[in-house]
Amino acid sequence: MNKEILSMEDIVKVYRMGDEDQVILKHINFKVYENEFVSILGPSGSGKSTMMNILGCLDVQTSGKYTLSGHDVSKLNEKELARIRNKEIGFVFQSFQLLPRLNAVENVELPLIYSKIPKHERRERAEEMLLKVGLENRMNNYPNQLSGGQQQRVAIARAIVTRPTILLADEPTGALDQHTGHQVMELFKTLNNEGRTIIMITHDEKIAQNAERIVRILDGNLKEEVRAND
Amino acid sequence: MIKDSIVMSWKNIINNKLRSFLTMLGIVIGVAAIIALITIVQGVIDEVDKQFDSLGANTMIVQAQGTPLKSGLTDEEIEMLSNIDGVSGISPSISLDLDIWRNGKIYEGINIQGKNEVFFRKNSDSIARGRGLNILDVENKNNVCVITDDFERDVFPGEDGLGKSISIKGVEYLIVGIYKESNNIASVSNMLSDTTVGVMIPYKNIMSISGLKNIVSIEIYTEPDADQEFVSQDAKHILNAAFNYKDDSYILFEMDSLLDVMKTTQQMMKGMLVGIASISLVVGGIGIMNMMLVSVTERTTEIGLRKALGAEPQSIQLQFMIEAMFLSLLGGLIGIVVGFIISYVASNIIGINLNLSASAVILGFGFSAAIGIIFGSAPARKASKLNPIDALRSV
Repeated sequence: MNKEILSMEDIVKVYRMGDEDQVILKHINFKVYENEFVSILGPSGSGKSTMMNILGCLDVQTSGKYTLSGHDVSKLNEKELARIRNKEIGFVFQSFQLLPRLNAVENVELPLIYSKIPKHERRERAEEMLLKVGLENRMNNYPNQLSGGQQQRVAIARAIVTRPTILLADEPTGALDQHTGHQVMELFKTLNNEGRTIIMITHDEKIAQNAERIVRILDGNLKEEVRAND
Repeated sequence: MIKDSIVMSWKNIINNKLRSFLTMLGIVIGVAAIIALITIVQGVIDEVDKQFDSLGANTMIVQAQGTPLKSGLTDEEIEMLSNIDGVSGISPSISLDLDIWRNGKIYEGINIQGKNEVFFRKNSDSIARGRGLNILDVENKNNVCVITDDFERDVFPGEDGLGKSISIKGVEYLIVGIYKESNNIASVSNMLSDTTVGVMIPYKNIMSISGLKNIVSIEIYTEPDADQEFVSQDAKHILNAAFNYKDDSYILFEMDSLLDVMKTTQQMMKGMLVGIASISLVVGGIGIMNMMLVSVTERTTEIGLRKALGAEPQSIQLQFMIEAMFLSLLGGLIGIVVGFIISYVASNIIGINLNLSASAVILGFGFSAAIGIIFGSAPARKASKLNPIDALRSV
């Protein structure tokens, strides 16, 4: 078995909605090992977005313990959380989330600015990543000059440019047609084969099948499904 | 990091050209108003001071209102005043508007001043050519005169007036000196009434011409190291006696204290004007705050994304802070330039010296920087406090 890189132990998340508490995550136990490609599959309202927020250190659980690369996340302050997000996690969002005023290479450079990497090295690494996702001819294009698939590939380049421990993708094909969605999945598989750990959140059964391991989430409960073939 | 923030801020400002411009306009107007006011007011103050200083230093002025029996001062009383300890001399000021003839041509209503040798001794620098009037001219009522260079140009175009003569009330006066008009004719009453002096003759001649027995207005010059207080006390004793201790029979101006009062008033005026102009800066600052708040709201997603990518709250705060500073400093810079252009045009129109002061620039720049910090910090703080989840969800 590979090295464990994150673990959720007995994670509970409660949101206060008006006067009553709503339990979104109910005692979740979840582990991810190095070089895994995991899908978290669930319909909307199942708690998968909350789980993704906690996994991405954007939100903190109500109780339980979440450990990422040896850090107990609930014990970190704002500044340390920012650093963890920068170093350990690469986000890919459904709606790409590229900054419209920056071109492709500048968008990819963005997280490196917060890693305080010098300018020339930033540019070099960003170009290298765009080459990896097959956009070497689109480096200076602005997001509105790129197709949806291309934009998502820029976003993926941005997510991996910091060499994060995990790539965390939230419905990465949700805004794409089937063909380009398929291309993005192929890219994920390639990255996974190169040794990257990927966690993908989706409501789409077919997309989830691209991963080597699927966990289902429903009403805040997690159910593991181990697949033999791949 | 800061460099990246500056580049980013610049892009945001460029991308919202019209909005940025309108936001900056408040600061531009405020700073321009301050710069222009300081420069113009200072120019006017300098000009007035220059004129007053040339007359004012070590000078007292007596304006006699007189009594029903006695309209002014006699020669003996003037003699007594000039004997006061610390008084270096006394110059009577008498002025009349008369017609002057030259070669059958009439020059109507020319201002003629009666002066004595003391006046010309004090203002010897102002004699361009020839000489001033001396004690013999005054005592003997010589028919000689000193004319101003302006008057010379009028009456003797292209010629030298020196040695020629003009006719006043049928009497020929020989021109013995030319007085530089630009060095103002040293009489405060002239300056206040904005009279242009043409000709100066011995004061005793003017008294004969006008039939005046007494002198109504004199200037008392004191020694540079004399105690003004003592001199004025002594002068008041003599003047009180001269006018039989009647109230309001004369006015004694001490130019030095008058100057002090004037300068205090000027500084107050200046402060008040700058204060009023500062209000527009506060309004401009509110404009910046408004734009920054709109900007934070508009860029909620961007802020959330930056946080997800690892931006610390401080770097978000810094980014918005720099943007606000950028707007206000750029506005301030444009304001300084606009202010100087206004000052330049205005000083040409008014006819004063342009006096660009470094303190005005520092004030303008300092003000706009302060505005940026004060009005930018609240929006920047708001941005840094945004929750990345809420921010990303707002798509």
